[in-house]
Amino acid sequence: MSTSHASPRETTEGTVYTVTGGDWDEVVQSAARADDERIVVNMGPQHPSTHGVLRLILEIDGETVTEARCGIGYLHTGIEKNLEYRTWTQGTTFVTRMDYLTPFFNEAAYCLGVEKLLGIDDQIPDRATIIRVLLMELNRLSSHLVAIATGGMELGATTIMIYGFRDRELILDIYELITGLRMNHAYIRPGGLAQDLPPGAVDQIREFVKKMNKNLPEYDKLATGNPIFKARMQDVGYLDLAGCMALGATGPVLRSTGLPHDLRKTQPYCGYETYDFDVPTADTCDSYGRFLIRLEEMRQSLRIVEQCLDRLQPGPVMVADKKIAWPAQLALGPDGLGNSLDHIKKIMGTSMEALIHHFKLVTEGFRVPPAQVYTAVESPKGELGVHVVSDGGTRPFRVHFRDPSFTNLQAMAAMCEGGQVADVIVAVASIDPVMGGVDR
Amino acid sequence: MGLEEKLPSGFLLTTVEQAAGWVRKSSVFPATFGLACCAIEMMTTGAGRYDLARFGMEVFRGSPRQADLMIVAGRVSQKMAPVLRQVYDQMPNPKWVISMGVCASSGGMFNNYAIVQGVDHVVPVDIYLPGCPPRPEMLMDAILKLHQKIQSSKLGVNAEEAAREAEEAALKALPTIEMKGLLR
Repeated sequence: MSTSHASPRETTEGTVYTVTGGDWDEVVQSAARADDERIVVNMGPQHPSTHGVLRLILEIDGETVTEARCGIGYLHTGIEKNLEYRTWTQGTTFVTRMDYLTPFFNEAAYCLGVEKLLGIDDQIPDRATIIRVLLMELNRLSSHLVAIATGGMELGATTIMIYGFRDRELILDIYELITGLRMNHAYIRPGGLAQDLPPGAVDQIREFVKKMNKNLPEYDKLATGNPIFKARMQDVGYLDLAGCMALGATGPVLRSTGLPHDLRKTQPYCGYETYDFDVPTADTCDSYGRFLIRLEEMRQSLRIVEQCLDRLQPGPVMVADKKIAWPAQLALGPDGLGNSLDHIKKIMGTSMEALIHHFKLVTEGFRVPPAQVYTAVESPKGELGVHVVSDGGTRPFRVHFRDPSFTNLQAMAAMCEGGQVADVIVAVASIDPVMGGVDR
Repeated sequence: MGLEEKLPSGFLLTTVEQAAGWVRKSSVFPATFGLACCAIEMMTTGAGRYDLARFGMEVFRGSPRQADLMIVAGRVSQKMAPVLRQVYDQMPNPKWVISMGVCASSGGMFNNYAIVQGVDHVVPVDIYLPGCPPRPEMLMDAILKLHQKIQSSKLGVNAEEAAREAEEAALKALPTIEMKGLLR
């Protein structure tokens, strides 16, 4: 736990300080040495309004923030390293826990990458792709609901939080019905899905869409025109198009500058070019614009969900290639979701080949030809990219995630400097960083 | 209405320990210590559907100095561990810790360089709550179990005696490595 620094001769940008945890005394001392007028305020990593374990180091002059810096890494989990020691299929179990509010996007981006490496991206059954889109759009709703809920809570508007979590529960019920889990699903697998939709899922989603269409206007009634809400949000966290471009910001932050950049339109994947939806933008470049974009995106996501439901046709949800497709099937028993007894009967009693396939795929996994690929999906936070490298083995050589939370968080300083201390909270909430995604 | 209407001559006898335990368990103030996925489920528990207010616990304190329960919700990284310990030290006695989720309890699936393999390396834990993440119902169950524990906690000399006994039992306990069973 110390402060180390690289001298100006070793770097191109002057003296670079490396600050690690537990160094508060040293930060205070160095601040005291530099100038006795300025105050350095440490916010986090344990602070109720910093969106998880984000540490903000603010240099303030009165109520004005003169300099703002992020301290990250308090949730570094080593997920990318763990992936290198697991099979390609087991990888989904890890990536789903990266940005824990957008599990389906992590899984989809990773699986699209692996499928591209395997060269099976055109063999994925339609039903699997449609269910992926369906779940991703439901996930966009649940992620935006949390963004609005926690953003409101950080402003002190606790009612919005109750609303957001109320509606999110409806979506989590659907996830639970389909995947068996409320969070961290590992449902999207390389080659397709873990299993098909259970009976009753389509009806429940239709019911949800109806209910959500009724609930969404409540956010408008409560927040959109609310003078206090507007006063806190408008012209706060300002970042224009040039700033977004320079800092690589994507998602609602970028769209709030008026640029309709959405990978679903500009670089479609999973057949998004065939869906009918709009990309909402704002031209205010501020937190309020981002809030309005999130609200409108939820409406558009509901439109896509409805289109997905209309398109669903019976069919397989996993590639036909038995060298890749996960062999085991799940079934609901009296003690919960587990291995299908029919499948066990087949491999243990009737088919030797099926047993060999099962054993090879489950213990060793499939081999992926040596190559590298970058795939990106539009997560609720922005461009979620995955760089997958294979050396030809049954495990990834390297998987790197370009998480939008991480990239967008760079813009924090540009949004906050020169503003008020209280506006820092609003600006960070409008970026909606999730530390699980930032630190991984 | 209840018990208080049926008291003989309006008296109810109990021990100071019982009364203190009852008062303490009825107003537990959790500190916000959300780390990862479990923190979202913890917030869900506080929100409308699960409504932690039913157990007098909906007010999550931002400052550890006003809290007496730390719910360690999520994976604790090596970098976060000193911060966690400091927050725990800032909480006034008596205080309790719930280790929420497998990552906080044992490192869970992240057996690697980055994650502390169980938060009990850093702070004493009262309740280990499994799950990845545990459902809100599971968190409420853990909280109710903790309430029972608080209710039956000892005071003064009895507390010292109980602590001594617990320590002796812990010293006598067989290390995991020496445990012999069907799985070894």
